[in-house]
Amino acid sequence: MATNTQIPVADRRVPVIAPGYTFSTIGEKISNIVLSRPVSLGWIFGFLIVFSMMNLLMMALGYLFIKGTGIWGINIPIGWGFAIVNFVWWIGIGHAGTLISAILCLLRQTWRNSINRFAEAMTLFAVACAGIFPLAHTGRPWLAYWLFPYPNTMNYWPNFRSPLVWDVFAVSTYFTISLVFWFVGLIPDFASLRDRAESTLVQRIYGLLAMGWRGSARHWHRYETAYLLLAGLATPLVLSVHTVVSFDFAVGIVPGWHTTIFPPYFVAGAIYSGFAMVLCLAIPIRAIYGLQDFITMRHLENAAKVMLATGLIVAYGYGMEAFMGWYSGSQFDSFLLWNRFHGPYRLSYMALLACNILIPQVLWLKRFRVSTGWLWLISFVVLVGMWLERFIIVVVSLSRDFLTSSWGMYYPTKWDWMTFAGTIGMFLTAMWLFVRILPMISIFELRTLLPESQVHEAEEVKQ
Amino acid sequence: MSEFSGNGPIPDSPISDSPIYGLMAEFDSAQELVSAAHKAHEAGYQKIDAYSPFPIEGLAEAIGFHKNRVPLVVLIGGLVGGISAYALQYWIAAITYPVNIGGRPFHSWPSFMIVTFEMTILFAGLSAAIGMLALNGLPMPYHPVFNVPEFAKASENKFFLIVFSNDPKYDAARTRSFLNSLAPRMIAEVPS
Repeated sequence: MATNTQIPVADRRVPVIAPGYTFSTIGEKISNIVLSRPVSLGWIFGFLIVFSMMNLLMMALGYLFIKGTGIWGINIPIGWGFAIVNFVWWIGIGHAGTLISAILCLLRQTWRNSINRFAEAMTLFAVACAGIFPLAHTGRPWLAYWLFPYPNTMNYWPNFRSPLVWDVFAVSTYFTISLVFWFVGLIPDFASLRDRAESTLVQRIYGLLAMGWRGSARHWHRYETAYLLLAGLATPLVLSVHTVVSFDFAVGIVPGWHTTIFPPYFVAGAIYSGFAMVLCLAIPIRAIYGLQDFITMRHLENAAKVMLATGLIVAYGYGMEAFMGWYSGSQFDSFLLWNRFHGPYRLSYMALLACNILIPQVLWLKRFRVSTGWLWLISFVVLVGMWLERFIIVVVSLSRDFLTSSWGMYYPTKWDWMTFAGTIGMFLTAMWLFVRILPMISIFELRTLLPESQVHEAEEVKQ
Repeated sequence: MSEFSGNGPIPDSPISDSPIYGLMAEFDSAQELVSAAHKAHEAGYQKIDAYSPFPIEGLAEAIGFHKNRVPLVVLIGGLVGGISAYALQYWIAAITYPVNIGGRPFHSWPSFMIVTFEMTILFAGLSAAIGMLALNGLPMPYHPVFNVPEFAKASENKFFLIVFSNDPKYDAARTRSFLNSLAPRMIAEVPS
């Protein structure tokens, strides 16, 4: 028996999994949420709220399809408006899931094992919400397939020199690979649920999804290789997605967009908002479902530290934008800087600086990192701040470009707000269902964190 | 007609004259399973397999499994994706539909890199998932090991070693006594 494995004395941090768990109690605790926990009134009530919010999206999109994008506040010069603001915001949120599941996997950060599953789910739902916006923004979404290269009677092909076409490929690849990664991670857990399910119907459903997984050593060996390779492929992918999104801006010559700092600054901002969303979801979920033993304070603290670090990169990005406004000597760039502080959207810019740079600095203090209430509040503030950042980038630059004759203002309509609130509803509806239908923590990966899962060559001789 | 009896358990006695798929031994810990697998492999058994609720380092090597072709499948998938994406873009932009955009050359390769990269990742990633499943022979709704009732714990906290009956060294009595020498919790015959 390997029970005499000792945890090194030097490791005095909070453990990634509370002591006293065995292989079967881990599985029991996680799968019971799906298999046997009764549906509570609170869940139903919450579901009704988020589902109603999702229906706002359905109404807004329905009316949009009838009337066209004229119902939105977009105009010339601000042709992008909320659609692109929300697209960039949502897709950024998705990035934390892939960072946790792929990059932290490659870096052997085992603490990720208890948060990767629902972070990946968050990625999928966020990217699904993101995808709605450019699709609706095309004006004729039923013709969106024109963006893909396929032989057609019009004898037309897409222009591969356009960042908008790159975006189609980047986002659709990102969604597909995230889905595959998530599903591959779920297969062994589907098998666990299949073997624990009481009713035949539930057993059949999970059995179908598990595809006959039986935990053979050969299978595990190939599985681990495939999983590691997927992590290795998803790592450059996640960095590329927001890079490509930033190209949508950086390739244009609009002041404030045409800069080389955009790709890294966008990626850092994406991870920043993504971790904020992870914390915003993890803190209530672990409290409601009693998962404090698996999602410990160490996880929350680590996420807070990642937020702090990426927040500083974002702050550096703002600093560089301001510096280049002055150093470039270009009157348009320096006007952009002046306009951000003194123009019609100055309040949004001030709020952005407060939300993204000023307030999150309290995370330097451990007191705030270990308080779930404060952490939740700060994460929420960061989410608002990152949304404002995209608003500033899209709207301020477009509203004041080179010629004063082409200046304009942007006022979102109620349809804009309904669509945005609706995607939040859709995201939360998917999350609501996810926590009750699928194991929200990876059972088999959590089991590998127990010392009993490690085989030691030395002890083998003793036996 | 006996091949079609896979829809449900056969009502008559469990170990009648139906052919035996193998002998299965159950263990309590990963450590015991790995050392048992080592011993079985050293004893000359070739057609063996081990089952565990989570991946165990060194277990695949212990049962003598070394040929893992997943990386090759992924490499081929990635190359196919990348090359075909670049070729498609070249054919579209330079041959079949040349459009002058901002005075750039028709074969403007730096612009083609992004889609080439994305398609490399897409094809490689799909090959990793589909290749892994295909090499593992999944989906496989029916498998004889599930006939052993205790095997339900293989996805929870128990560890199993099986010697297949088509192993050249397999012999019902001798294999059973060999497995007994590994001190398992129980031994079960797996009907096929």
